[in-house]
Amino acid sequence: MTYLIILSALGGGALIGLAAAMLLFFNNRTAGISGTAAGILPPWQQDTGWRLWFLAGLVLSAPLWTLLGGTVHIQIDAPLTVMAIAGLLVGYGTRLGGGCTSGHGICGIARLSVRSIVATLLFMTTAGITVFLVRHGF
Amino acid sequence: MNSNFSSFISGLVFGLGLVISQMTNPVKVLAFLDVAGSWDPTLAFVMADALLTLGLLQRLIRKRPEQIQDTDLQACVNPKAGVDAKLISGSAIFGIGWGLSGFCPGPALIGLTSGLAGSYVFAGAMFIGFFLFNRLHRDR
Repeated sequence: MTYLIILSALGGGALIGLAAAMLLFFNNRTAGISGTAAGILPPWQQDTGWRLWFLAGLVLSAPLWTLLGGTVHIQIDAPLTVMAIAGLLVGYGTRLGGGCTSGHGICGIARLSVRSIVATLLFMTTAGITVFLVRHGF
Repeated sequence: MNSNFSSFISGLVFGLGLVISQMTNPVKVLAFLDVAGSWDPTLAFVMADALLTLGLLQRLIRKRPEQIQDTDLQACVNPKAGVDAKLISGSAIFGIGWGLSGFCPGPALIGLTSGLAGSYVFAGAMFIGFFLFNRLHRDR
């Protein structure tokens, strides 16, 4: 069981790296999800097309995996008000910080960007502190 | 290759990676962030492997920073760009939201296929957050 989890983690990680390399090679783009998604909102630029296609592929991966016989695991325990506040913080924070787990954590660190390394250490730390306070702090 | 087609396939493969590694599951992501609880290190394996794969392929692809078009992320593409207050405060704020929910942007968008109310609320709020940033910082 445990080794199946490690195998799927490694397989999934390799696919994420491959996808980011593909977008870099064919589109000259970094696979940062927050930047890609935010770019479909106004003020519109000329480059909405590839963003919508990327996001469509991203979302359709779940039904494709189900079709192939896999299981998509998504379980949410937090109440809706917490999810609303968290969504706002993630949306605003990733734009202000210039990237999220994919843009900074994978694409940026793979390029050995100091900004991305600092950003990733920071959001991992504040996320860890938040979980600690919610689960063990009060 | 047609650029819309390649970005669609890239999105699909990226999503499959998240789904297969279960990084789409907030409960599992929170278990990684909960170092003081029963810690689940899976996310570290996923990230390390994604970094290794991209790092190796990147050496073959050989793009210079100025060839990469994403203006939004130019600063993370350019290794010499400095750390500033926006990067620090934005990343700190993002981490709090990530720790509250277990969702970062990619998994949140895939979560829209789950039919769970929490997914819709989170994704809606996230786009409001994006929009808020555009209004406050981008229309100079």
